[in-house]
Amino acid sequence: MTAPTDTTAPVAGIPASGAARQVWRRLRTRPSALVSAAVLLLLVLLALAAPLLAALEGQDANTYHDDLVDSARGGVPYGAFGGASADHWLGVEPGTGRDLFVRLLHGARISLLVAVGATAVQILIGVLVGLAAGLGGRWIDGVLGRVTDVLVALPMLVLAVALTAVVPRDFPRPLLLILVIGFLGWAGTSRLVRAQTLTLKSLDFVAASRLAGSGPWRTARRELLPSLAAPVITYAAILVPTNIVVEASLSFLGVGVTPPTPSWGQMLSTAQTWFRADPAYVLLPAGLLFVTVLAFTVLGDAVRTALDPREASRLRVGTRKESRRDSLKETSR
Amino acid sequence: MTRFVLKRLAGAVLVLLALSVLVYSLFYLAPGDPARLACGERCNPQQIAQVREQLGLNESMFTQYLHFLQGVFAGRDYSTGTAVVRCDAPCLGLSYQSDQQVTRLVLERLPATASLVVGALVVWLVVGVGTGLLSALRRGGPTERILTLLTLAGSGTPVFILGLLLLMAVCAYLQWLPFPSYVPFGENPEQWGWNLLLPWLTLGLFESAKYARLTRSATLETLAEDHIRTFRAYGVSERSVVTRHALRGAVPPVIAISAVDLGSMFGGAVLTESLFGIPGLGKTLIDGVKAIDLPVVVGVVMVTGTFVVLANVVADLLYAAADRRVVLT
Repeated sequence: MTAPTDTTAPVAGIPASGAARQVWRRLRTRPSALVSAAVLLLLVLLALAAPLLAALEGQDANTYHDDLVDSARGGVPYGAFGGASADHWLGVEPGTGRDLFVRLLHGARISLLVAVGATAVQILIGVLVGLAAGLGGRWIDGVLGRVTDVLVALPMLVLAVALTAVVPRDFPRPLLLILVIGFLGWAGTSRLVRAQTLTLKSLDFVAASRLAGSGPWRTARRELLPSLAAPVITYAAILVPTNIVVEASLSFLGVGVTPPTPSWGQMLSTAQTWFRADPAYVLLPAGLLFVTVLAFTVLGDAVRTALDPREASRLRVGTRKESRRDSLKETSR
Repeated sequence: MTRFVLKRLAGAVLVLLALSVLVYSLFYLAPGDPARLACGERCNPQQIAQVREQLGLNESMFTQYLHFLQGVFAGRDYSTGTAVVRCDAPCLGLSYQSDQQVTRLVLERLPATASLVVGALVVWLVVGVGTGLLSALRRGGPTERILTLLTLAGSGTPVFILGLLLLMAVCAYLQWLPFPSYVPFGENPEQWGWNLLLPWLTLGLFESAKYARLTRSATLETLAEDHIRTFRAYGVSERSVVTRHALRGAVPPVIAISAVDLGSMFGGAVLTESLFGIPGLGKTLIDGVKAIDLPVVVGVVMVTGTFVVLANVVADLLYAAADRRVVLT
């Protein structure tokens, strides 16, 4: 390799070519992107090292500590800030006395696992459907287009709630959440991929490949997929925070992971009854969730602008022409 | 115009049929035994079999689905063992839990959801459009930066975090308001308003972020158009250009998207309702899901779907009405 050594890995999935280095150079000049990336890196490391950190603290996620909560006051932890102490770094859960630090870390694991897993499913289905719609004939395109329309029109959270209730209780919940969110949320990706495919299809190098005798599948794999990587990765960066919010919302509604597995949304749901007596129990998961979502959003936007400088930052409000359909993107309320 | 509406309505019916098939087949695969749930804890196998017979659960899925469609369009009869209950069209079935007609249940819960949604609409129209306009007026300045930051933070936060923080601040610390508990409008209009104030603010402010962004971009887009240049050349003040002329460009998208949002919220703002304990459609759905009450869940999902699909048609019509340049096809 004659390429100069660039130890800093750029965006995952993009080969370390000249373009990727250029992207990285642009990203480096945006402090907000760097801070977000650092925050996320820290969060991922913390989540990965959760068992290690738990051992370091000497606590685990599911042991009750009745002696640490004041049963006379309904189970409020003794001491300031939710009972934070040398033994329990971030205090304990009101009512049960379970260690909050370890539970928050395990919550981060669930949150990231489900969000990233669901994004992978969404991207996989979206790319396949989008390619099929873009390369297939009018009929395939028409049918897939209608299916996508229906999916976009439906209230995702309502359907997700309904779906989680259907599956047997012994089915692994995180996997179920990944599948439910994944199968309900691929419409955006498939629209993007279809549009890109239609554009690429008319370009010379794709036509040359077709003329050289490649079938549609081979063309898709060898000519289209490499060109689709950049827009799809960017879109994935936007999907992850949305999925984190959906997971938290489902857990908040009590249809997410089953207790005692900790999750942020579930903590916030129990926190409803505690915020007067133990504000730390609300603020910690709320703050973590907020920071995570914000960091992903900012980083996703930065990656998008870095990949395509012609596109103005979406976060600089209004510099981009906001299409009507675009604003209809699902929000969880 | 008429042709457009007819075409879209036909499409809407197809979408709803597809949705009903989807939801019905999903719940048909549900592992829980609805007959056992409907019968209660202390039923013996014989009683459960009887209930299963009454609920028509022995029939094939296809037959059950046809009965469901028949109920929606023509109404159907239910036998409860001793008496026959007539369920008029549009009949969405009987709840397994309470034997109540789902259509009635939905109608009962609708006012709570409507109260929440309409108040939130006022909040997001005032706050969202206001901030959007303000940041369009003060573009490039510190005001805009602050507003941008707020919009960014607002659009990324789940609605229940905003709600919990508001509850903490307003009810627990400042003690300006008591903890909200829903009071129907018909019972006590004043209490209705006070108790819904916080839910309105929560849902309204949450949505405001989106509307601020929308208003701003639409306003700026209009500002770049030729007729605005002409106004400026005539010496119309910047303030007047923005508020009287450029804002006009923001009206069609704001109206259209408000219509769509209202549609999907009428099906239940699930998170807000469950946070504030508002007995609306969203809460009905969650309760139905937890009890595996198939008819209730199917009913609420269908009603939500209907609102969403109709709202989309209405949104397109409103858009065309507000912006004469749009042609409906």
